[in-house]
Amino acid sequence: MALDTYAVRRNIIAFLIVLVALIFLVKLFLIQVVSSDYTPAATNNVVRRITQYPARGLIYDRDGELLVYNQAAYDIMVNPRHLQAFDTTELCNLLNIEKQYLSQKLQAAKAYSRYKPSVVLKLVSAETYARLQEQMYQFPGFFVQPRTVRKYKYSSAAHLLGYVGEVSDKLVDTSSYYKSGDYVGVSGMEKSYEPVLRGEKGVKIYLVDVHNRIKGSYQDGQYDKEAQVGTNIVSSIDMDLQRYGEKLMKNKIGSIVAIEPSSGEILAMVSSPGYDPALLVGRPRSKNYQKLKNDTLKPLFNRGLMARYPPGSTFKVINALIGRQEEVVFPSTTYSCHGGFYSGNFHMGCHNHPSPVDFIESIQVSCNTYYANVFKRIMQDDQFASISQAFTNWKGYLESFGFGHKLNVDLPNEVSGFLPGVDYYNRYYGKDRWGYLNVISLAIGQGELGITPLQMANMTSAVANRGYYYTPHVVREVKGEQRIDARFREKNQIMIDSTYFEEVIRGMELAVNGPPGSGSTARTARLDSITVCGKTGTAQNPHGKDHSIFIAFAPKEDPQIALAVYFENGGFGATWAAPAAKLMIEKYLTGSISVQWWEDYVVEANLIKHRKEEDETQD
Amino acid sequence: MKRRINVWTNIDWLTVVLYLILVFLGWINIYSAVYNEEHQSIFDFTQRYGKQMIWIVAAFVIAIFIMIIDSNFYSFFAYFLHFVILFLLIFVTLFGTEIHGSRAWLEFGNVRFQPAEFAKITTALALARYLSSQNVSLKSFRTYLWVATIVLLPATIILLQNDAGSALVFFAFVLVLYRQGLSFGVLLFGFYVIALFVLALVLEKLFVIFGTIGLALIVLWILNKRFKYVMVSALILAGSGGLFYGIDHFFHLNVPMYFIILGALVFSSIFYLIMAYWYKIPKVALLLLLLFGSIGLTYSVDHVFNNFLGSHQQKRINQLLGLSSDPLGAGYNVNQSKIAIGSGQLTGKGFLNGTQTKYNFVPEQSTDFIFCTIGEEWGFIGSFVLIGLFIALMLRLLFLAERQRSTFSRIYGYGVLSVLFFHFVINIGMTIGLVPVIGIPLPFISYGGSSLWAFTIMLFIFIRLDVSRLKVLR
Repeated sequence: MALDTYAVRRNIIAFLIVLVALIFLVKLFLIQVVSSDYTPAATNNVVRRITQYPARGLIYDRDGELLVYNQAAYDIMVNPRHLQAFDTTELCNLLNIEKQYLSQKLQAAKAYSRYKPSVVLKLVSAETYARLQEQMYQFPGFFVQPRTVRKYKYSSAAHLLGYVGEVSDKLVDTSSYYKSGDYVGVSGMEKSYEPVLRGEKGVKIYLVDVHNRIKGSYQDGQYDKEAQVGTNIVSSIDMDLQRYGEKLMKNKIGSIVAIEPSSGEILAMVSSPGYDPALLVGRPRSKNYQKLKNDTLKPLFNRGLMARYPPGSTFKVINALIGRQEEVVFPSTTYSCHGGFYSGNFHMGCHNHPSPVDFIESIQVSCNTYYANVFKRIMQDDQFASISQAFTNWKGYLESFGFGHKLNVDLPNEVSGFLPGVDYYNRYYGKDRWGYLNVISLAIGQGELGITPLQMANMTSAVANRGYYYTPHVVREVKGEQRIDARFREKNQIMIDSTYFEEVIRGMELAVNGPPGSGSTARTARLDSITVCGKTGTAQNPHGKDHSIFIAFAPKEDPQIALAVYFENGGFGATWAAPAAKLMIEKYLTGSISVQWWEDYVVEANLIKHRKEEDETQD
Repeated sequence: MKRRINVWTNIDWLTVVLYLILVFLGWINIYSAVYNEEHQSIFDFTQRYGKQMIWIVAAFVIAIFIMIIDSNFYSFFAYFLHFVILFLLIFVTLFGTEIHGSRAWLEFGNVRFQPAEFAKITTALALARYLSSQNVSLKSFRTYLWVATIVLLPATIILLQNDAGSALVFFAFVLVLYRQGLSFGVLLFGFYVIALFVLALVLEKLFVIFGTIGLALIVLWILNKRFKYVMVSALILAGSGGLFYGIDHFFHLNVPMYFIILGALVFSSIFYLIMAYWYKIPKVALLLLLLFGSIGLTYSVDHVFNNFLGSHQQKRINQLLGLSSDPLGAGYNVNQSKIAIGSGQLTGKGFLNGTQTKYNFVPEQSTDFIFCTIGEEWGFIGSFVLIGLFIALMLRLLFLAERQRSTFSRIYGYGVLSVLFFHFVINIGMTIGLVPVIGIPLPFISYGGSSLWAFTIMLFIFIRLDVSRLKVLR
């Protein structure tokens, strides 16, 4: 072998090879064994979680008629990465949107993520989708995600059914369930029964390749979760009655609330003016919502739950019952009435009616004088040291009727109403510096009382039941559940013995059914076939003409329906509210109207025109 | 002296076994990398794994054929074969088929053939033939000129084919020259130029000029071992630097600092030369030449970088040097490649379970980035085994080369080793982000007939030469 002076260099070369290998192994050890960044990165690359949206639960009425169901709608989505040049004018025409809107949305989508899809246009109708579908191939990067929107069989009962809208940012932040862009019940039953109706979102986990194409399910679907369809609910609403009530209230402002006394189920809750629930669905919702919100007649305001009215003379029923329970008045107690109640300089007027009247007749003819005296006796009862105690005792009865606090109905936005307390008068007049005369307007349901139509109907229901009520509710069955919430199955006892109710009910019966000339105030509510018991009310109010009020239940012996009717600025209770109540009762109990004339009389009346003119002159 | 030898009993079976294992691993990893539910059979010839099997079987036939040919054939026809390949290279450059931007392919029906892969073999043969011939030593300029002709001619043609990766492979032969006695100075100079190029890209020019001046002073001390010279030189430079700075400041010329230093250096150099002449200090002129050459290089780096490199090459280099970060752009491949390998963890995701490669997040996952599949599905253990196999093969080749009696065989053996080593370093290095992305295959593993055949031929020629090592005494 020739002398090789450079033989030692083979060691250097060997060393170099081993050195490089060691560097590689160290680096590999660092990224494969030491670092924990790469595994999640690989998972993020391939795993796509796709939310499965369940169909919302359906809503039926008490007769099993489907009221609210789902309809397919389509979100137009864009995946910026797959976007190519396209004819913007054509897409805008197809979707009926402005070019500027489209470019704004596309820019926002790109800013959000080039790889994740964004919504371009929400809840496009099936018709638009059908037109778009044919042209879809022209718009790479765009795709359609099916959603559902609510569909209503009738344009009625919007306040009760409520509507569904996109979740607020606040809810997204506080809830672990909702994600931005989800839909949620915003009002009515949709809101109060949201956890039942919404069902449970599911998720499907897919593996995707680099082009975002689905290649299969992750771990054979082991971690997938099926979406659970929302639960159906059966409302206590009688849709026929509800629609009839809305028909009667056309062109009037006010409310009708009807309750089944034996169960507390709400049969109808009319708030007028109302709106068509279909207006608050899909694309035009926000536009329509603004319009409804700006309407001076406040169609979005659910008067049945939220409006506070003084009860007027209907309140005499309560004071009569309290007087009997406190034994300050007896069936034989009579007072004569000559144009009103006098005490020193004080005078409270009364209308013209036969005099004197006993206890039952006092309700029949709605005598102010009689109740001024009853109230005076309640307030000056010897068993109480002061009027404060007497007043507090009196107020306790009212609270047991459900006034002054929320009834806890299964609808959102219920208000408590208002009952003045001793403190209220102490503040106003000074401590112990007020007497019964200062509060005497409470005797006839005027003054500082604020009672909602629901509370009024509930009180009537308690009277019909002779002393108890069930908390009113609009849902009688959640499918798949044995019973409704316990709070709706619990009897709420009124602090008045049931025997006293019979006397008052007799008075209410006579108020409607007394012979002509007897001074009966509510003869306009009389029906030939059914014994209606009722009481009129005419509430003075600062907003103009008196409110026309009527409470009633029927039939007398086996009450099927109890209701409260309010016609704002309608005048006397007997003028509008009483006939409307009669029509509602007849419609509910017989399914038809015996005297068409009465229906025409109520339906054709327009009490808004007058109000609108007033509004305009004020402006 | 001539002895009859049995080819089959004298084969170095260890090398052959390592080869077979690597080829087999390549095949099953190609199967996994491009696995397709619709074509589950590994023998499906419409898929890459099926095709690779054909290339493998053909490679075996070629290997056997090589073993049959007389060992003298390779040395005898070395130049001829190199000429043939050069001709083919020129031919494809002019008339070849363009794939992925490289005009480097000959097409026969649906079989494609890349002469560049085979140029490595003939270059190794020709280089071995030249360096083993009488009266050739790496001490003469003439020899370097010939070596450069043999190696750089094919490299240049391949570069013209727009296949920079394959062209770079020819730098591997530096290792051969090193073993054959390439002077340390030349080697050092080469590294110095490369380091300067990189530093000029990464650092401010001002730092580089200071660095080279500092280096020159150190070299001055090493050459003369006189600290006094260094001090005097530094003082002259500092003085002239202060003077130039003062002039600039006084006349508000606002000349950049870089040029003030440069001017001072030129000014000082006049003194240096005079003093060197006066005191007979050796090699000062050469040192100054080197210094100005270096400065000239750093100054021209930007020009070279911007004008001679393609934009994708610039991006890859910038990415690697950390000058720009763009994980979705130029860095995307490396990023995804690292995710694939890193997510394999210690034991890997298991055969056919690599999501990064199966779902195409890693580009070229059956060819240049095949190592990702191994790292992802077999984890650190798999990577370790593969690297171990390559080390074993390369060290075995080193051992075999050193035991050759014929200089031709030994040099050729180093040629094989160098090319293999270069591919190994670049290919695996780029998948783990240590080396810029240069598209060259991992020997024996990556999909591709030309590459597999070329490496097989290259390796088995050497095995054949080794079989006959006792035939030649010189």
